[in-house]
Amino acid sequence: MDKFEKLTGIAAPLPLVNVDTDMIIPKQFLKTIKRTGLGVNLFDEMRYDEQGNEIADFVLNQPAYRQAEILIAGENFGCGSSREHAPWAIRDFGIRCIVAPGFADIFFNNCFKNGILPVVLPQEQVDILMKDAEKGANARMIVDLETQTITTSDGVEIGFDVDPFRKHCLLEGLDDIGLTLEKAPAIAGFEARMAQERPWI
Amino acid sequence: MTGKTLYDKIWDAHLVDQAEDGTCLLYIDRHLVHEVTSPQAFEGLRMSGRKVHAPDKTIAVPDHNVPTTEGRENTANMTEESRIQVEALDRNAREFGIHYYPVTDIRQGIVHIVGPEQGWTLPGMTVVCGDSHTATHGAFGALAHGIGTSEVEHVLATQTLIQKKSKNMKVEITGQLPPYVTAKDITLAVIGLTGTAGGTGYVIEYCGQAIRDLSMEGRMTVCNMAIEGGARAGLIAPDEKTFAYVMGRPHAPKGAQWEAALSWWKTLKSDDDAHWDKVVTIRAEDIAPVVTWGTSPEDVLPITGQVPDPSEFQGGKVEAARRSLDYMGLTPGMKLTDIKVDAVFIGSCTNGRIEDLRAAADILRGRKLAPGVRGMVVPGSGLVRAQAEEEGLDTVFKQAGFEWRLAGCSMCLGMNPDQLAPGERCAATSNRNFEGRMGRGGRTHLMSPVMAAAAAVTGHLTDVREFVAETV
Repeated sequence: MDKFEKLTGIAAPLPLVNVDTDMIIPKQFLKTIKRTGLGVNLFDEMRYDEQGNEIADFVLNQPAYRQAEILIAGENFGCGSSREHAPWAIRDFGIRCIVAPGFADIFFNNCFKNGILPVVLPQEQVDILMKDAEKGANARMIVDLETQTITTSDGVEIGFDVDPFRKHCLLEGLDDIGLTLEKAPAIAGFEARMAQERPWI
Repeated sequence: MTGKTLYDKIWDAHLVDQAEDGTCLLYIDRHLVHEVTSPQAFEGLRMSGRKVHAPDKTIAVPDHNVPTTEGRENTANMTEESRIQVEALDRNAREFGIHYYPVTDIRQGIVHIVGPEQGWTLPGMTVVCGDSHTATHGAFGALAHGIGTSEVEHVLATQTLIQKKSKNMKVEITGQLPPYVTAKDITLAVIGLTGTAGGTGYVIEYCGQAIRDLSMEGRMTVCNMAIEGGARAGLIAPDEKTFAYVMGRPHAPKGAQWEAALSWWKTLKSDDDAHWDKVVTIRAEDIAPVVTWGTSPEDVLPITGQVPDPSEFQGGKVEAARRSLDYMGLTPGMKLTDIKVDAVFIGSCTNGRIEDLRAAADILRGRKLAPGVRGMVVPGSGLVRAQAEEEGLDTVFKQAGFEWRLAGCSMCLGMNPDQLAPGERCAATSNRNFEGRMGRGGRTHLMSPVMAAAAAVTGHLTDVREFVAETV
C-alpha cells in the first residue's frame, strides 16, 4: 500500500449529504476483475450525460478541480454498498483525502486499506474547508497526517482525530495481512480451543 | 459489574487478540463469497503465494451479476463481463477448494438466502461477506456484517478480521403489528426515524414482542436493512423459532453436537442489566405500511402521507430532498397513492424468500397487472423457486402477467440486464432507492411484498389495507 504522510493539493467541494457508493461508482463498473482503471468512471452518472459527454458544471469537470487530491463532502459520505470499487475509483482519480462530518462504516474502513485518509470533522469545520475549497485551484490545502492537521489556503489550521493503529499503517504503508500473519500462533491457538469448545463450527 | 449485550457475548467469544490501543483480531466462523467483490481478493492471494486459511468455512455462490433468464447454464448466454466474473469464481472456488454452488446447482441463489437455507449460518457465529447486506444473518443471533474486498482477502488469508468494537443500540418494537404491516415496514420505519446515519458506529439488537412474533424470514428482512440505517450489524437473540429453523439443515450440527450447540445458543441473549449506548422504542401499533418517496432509504412515509416539501427539512437535507424530488419526478403535496408505477420488482435478499412470494401471491391471485405495468418476480434461490412452483405460486404470478425468473440479485442492483429504463418508476421489495440503483434514471419506491403486489394491480402506490378491504 502507498504511504500517506503529507499532502498538499487542491480540494474539491461536494456539498451533498448521503453520497452513496452507487453515485461514487455505478454498478456497471463493478464488472471488472481488477482494482485499477476506475478513476475515469468516478461519479459517472453525475459526471457524464447519457451520451458520455462531460457535464460541465459537475465539480470534477471544472478546470479548477480536475487535479483535485482532496474532497470535501457532506454527512454520511460513502453510504450503501460495501463495494471497494468506490475507494478504488477515488484513489485512481487521484484523490487521497476525504473530509466530511461523517462516513458510512464500511466505506470508512475501505479507505484505509487503499492509502486514502478519511477525516471526520464537525460540520462547522467542514464548512470552513468547504468555503476554502470553493476558491478553486489556487487554494491549496495541506493535510499532514503526522501532526493530524489540515491547513487551509489562508493558513487556518484544523486538527483532526485518527485511530493510532490506522495512522501507523498509513504512515508506513503497511499491509494488514502481513501484520495479522505475525499473529498466526494466536490464531492457531484459538482454533485449537474452538475445536474443543464449539466443534460444530 | 454490568451485564453484557448479545453483541458483547459474541464479540468476546471470537476474540483472538487485543492490542493495547483496543484494536482487536476477531475470528470469523463463516465467510460467504460472491463473484463481484472477490476476484481481486483471490488475485491478491495468488500474487503473494497465500492459501485460503479455512476453505471449509468459506462458501461461494454467484448471484450479483448472473442472468436470471433460462439458458444461463451455458456461459455463452451471459454478457461478456458477467461471464468473466462467473468463470473467475468457478476457477477460484476450484483452485482454492472452497464450498461452491454454481448456477447449475438448484441450491444457487442470493448469498444471504443460501447461507441460512443450507444451515451455514448458525447462532453465535461471526459471519462476513463482501456485501453490505450480510447483516441479514443477524436474524439468527450471529454477528454478521459486510466487508470490502481488501478485508475479503484478509479473511481468506487469515480467517480473522481487524476490528474495533462498535457501540450497543437497542431497538425495541413493542406490541403487535396491525394486519398487512410487515417486517419490511418495521425496518423501514426504524430507518425513517433514526436516519441512514443514525446507526453509524453501532450494532443494533432488535427486540420486543413484535420482533419475537416475526418468523425467521421476517427477522431476516429486519436485520437485512440494518446497514441502511448505518449500523455495522443487526442482531436478534435466538429463540425456539431460530432453533426450529436451523434443525435438520444440511450444515447444521447433528446428534451430540446439536445438543452441545443448543445449550450454548440458549445463553445467547442480552443480560437484563446490560448497558445500551442508545435505545429506540417504537410501538408496533403505530407502524403503517410505508413506502419511500426519495433517493435515500430514510425517505420513508406511511402510504397515507403526501410527498414532503424540501423546506420541511434542515441542513444539508433540504438540498438533498430537492435533488431527490427532481430525480424522482415528484411534486410536494402530492398524495403518495397518486404516484403511478411502470414496473414492479419482487425479490432480493430483503424480500426474496418463500414467505415473501406467498404474501405477494395472496394479493395477486386471480388478478392482473394494471395495463402498461411490467412485473418481475425473482426468487431468492433455486430452492425458493422450486418450493414456490410446488405450491403453484409461479402460476399465480404468470397469470397475473409477471415474469417468473431464475434466482439472483437481479434488478435490486441492476448489474445484469434486469434494469429500469430512464424515468421508469418501480414499486420494489428491494433495499435501496439510490439514484441509478436499478438502472440509470430509474425511480425506485421501496415497500413490502404485499404493498408491491397491490401497486401492481392498481398501477399506482396503494394502501394494501384499503385494497384488501375493497376487493374482498
